[in-house]
Amino acid sequence: MFGTFTEIERKIINDKRLSREDGIKLFSCNELSWLGALADYVRKKKCGDIVYYNVNCHVNLTNICTSLCKFCAFGREENAKGAYAMSVDEVIAVVEDAMNDPNMSGLHIVSGLHPSWTFEKYLEIISILHKKFPNLYIKGFTGVEITHFAKISGKPIKNVLFELKEAGLQAIAGGGAEILSDRVRNLLCPKKATATEWLEVAEVAHSIGIKTNASMLYGHIETLEERVDHLIKLRDLQDKTGGFQTFIPFPFLPKNTVLGKEVKQTSMWDDLRTMAISRLMLDNFKNIKAYWVMLTVPVAQVALNFGANDIDGTIHKETILHDAGATSPRSLKEDEIIKIIHDIGRVPAACDCNFNILRLIN
Amino acid sequence: MIIKNGINIAREKAYLGERLNKEDALRLYEDNDLLYLAKCARAMKECKSGKKVFYIVNRHINLTNICSSNCPLCAFQCRAGDNRGYTLESEDIDKILAEVKNLKDLSEIHIVSALHPEKPFEYYVDVIKQVKTSLPDVNIRAFTPVEIVNFSRLSSKNIKEILEILITAGINSLLGGGAEIFSDRVRKIICPKKANAEEWLNVMKTAHQLGIKSNASMMYGHIETIEERIEHLIRLRNLQDETGGFQAFLMFPFHPLNTELGKEYNIKRIGAWEDLKMIALSRLILDNFDHIKAFWVMLTMPIAQLALTFGADDLDGTIGEEQIIHAAGSKEFKGITKKYLHKIITESGYEPVECDSFYNYKG
Repeated sequence: MFGTFTEIERKIINDKRLSREDGIKLFSCNELSWLGALADYVRKKKCGDIVYYNVNCHVNLTNICTSLCKFCAFGREENAKGAYAMSVDEVIAVVEDAMNDPNMSGLHIVSGLHPSWTFEKYLEIISILHKKFPNLYIKGFTGVEITHFAKISGKPIKNVLFELKEAGLQAIAGGGAEILSDRVRNLLCPKKATATEWLEVAEVAHSIGIKTNASMLYGHIETLEERVDHLIKLRDLQDKTGGFQTFIPFPFLPKNTVLGKEVKQTSMWDDLRTMAISRLMLDNFKNIKAYWVMLTVPVAQVALNFGANDIDGTIHKETILHDAGATSPRSLKEDEIIKIIHDIGRVPAACDCNFNILRLIN
Repeated sequence: MIIKNGINIAREKAYLGERLNKEDALRLYEDNDLLYLAKCARAMKECKSGKKVFYIVNRHINLTNICSSNCPLCAFQCRAGDNRGYTLESEDIDKILAEVKNLKDLSEIHIVSALHPEKPFEYYVDVIKQVKTSLPDVNIRAFTPVEIVNFSRLSSKNIKEILEILITAGINSLLGGGAEIFSDRVRKIICPKKANAEEWLNVMKTAHQLGIKSNASMMYGHIETIEERIEHLIRLRNLQDETGGFQAFLMFPFHPLNTELGKEYNIKRIGAWEDLKMIALSRLILDNFDHIKAFWVMLTMPIAQLALTFGADDLDGTIGEEQIIHAAGSKEFKGITKKYLHKIITESGYEPVECDSFYNYKG
């Protein structure tokens, strides 16, 4: 039934690493249920039946951004319509509102690259949040933002990360990796951190004990080979440091972006195969995330059977992707997430930003 | 131990494509191994239709939404006097037909409507004649058994007489809708006034005996139990053994928005997981059906596309203008192009085949 793919299947069953060629071959495979079954086999062996989720709140400090990447519908110039930059009090108000949920456990903070904010301003926000809400974990900033902080402060990456850690930051977000290819980045996001810089932030963070996430934005102008190369770059770094916690494949949402006219949204088919292939290629990642905001809830639920073991969180109020026309809700209730996971016979586990289990829901 | 043996037997039967009994099907459902079901269902699909996935260029016409049945499951119907109510008269149908005539490659007109409290049987016969005269080469797939039973009640003619008159007027096949869930317990709650299970099955049996083919369906995800779903499928399979007149099976996940049933029982739209599981399980249980249709209007196109890897071999059609399910909050756009269907099917690794109402290849 599976023809030339039996060799790949054998490798997977015997815990052998897949090569670049294997990855490219998998992307040419239409046997979606076979791909899913293999990814699910690996997921089960590695992670069992637990599905991780967070009761969390997203905070986007500002949408004013110097980078203005072509795939983004969130970032805008300072005087553009809808531009905002939150004051410290406004940030606190958002978090206080989120704290109405008694299970609220942490924050996810990512933002535009504001042209005039100093690094100290970001440090201050983290420090205040950490003091005011000592029980909330703080995951924040992508490799792109950390690179930006190093540039605006003139400090080395390592010092930036140390200071943020001292202020209360516990993990780095996985965004901004996009496609780790200079060709793609020059076309889509020439002004922000390069592939090398993004990887450097992750490597330095890992070296000083800060865990990070990783991601891939696919379904725009990249080739399938570039997707595979991206996964291998992450895998190579993970071999070296072991500091990546979860991998998040992001399907590109074209609406309201510069690319929107040329690029159509990915199909569920592509989303599920990319999920499965990510699980199979990233043999040294424990967790793969089905980010429901981008995938939509139905696809995210099915993706849990295509290699994913993490469904992200309740979010409180998502903004970045809803600017890009995401049709999913802006937040989920915890009992909705629990039901999505229970319905497929798996075990929901509320966790913090370092995948420590806070509550197991049987 | 007995249960463990049971599931192993059921899994083996599914793998080999052997007939599943009710217990086997329940065990496979509870086993919840979605991708195993997919693998078995896909193998059965490929035995029956190889790499082909069928679609049709069709146009839906819904004659009226004024209904005497008022099923709590439905968001399309309204009562006489409601300002949302409409009924197409022969001039309206002329307009639609004039527009439809320009549709390239049209194979089928699909007519399904509410049970109008006053329109006589003759109204429907005249519509069919009007369509047939205007489009002599196009197949007419019209009426569900629920409508046929209503015609019989309205006209005091028996089912066979009704069907014969409609065949003479020009219908070529019957729709599969209105089956919902066969269980009396469920029908009393979701659709108490309309044709019951025996009547539905009897219309199909009579039609098949008269040489008219039909589809079959199930509406799930409301108040039915899993056992009731499986019993429903087995009743369809039994009739198919007897007549061989069913062409395709369609699954309708219940769309609760704007329905009384949804409100009263606080029902949420069932998940994609369940949709795909039921597609695969239906493929495996209905071993004597040639085709399983992934009806994209109800499933949404992403799930319908994915259903092709879970045993479906038919993506229904281009549809034109569908109103019944959109009244219940379906967000899928109202019609699609052949080019788009080709893309969806090709991406799944299958070969798109345009066909007519009888699965004859076109083009």
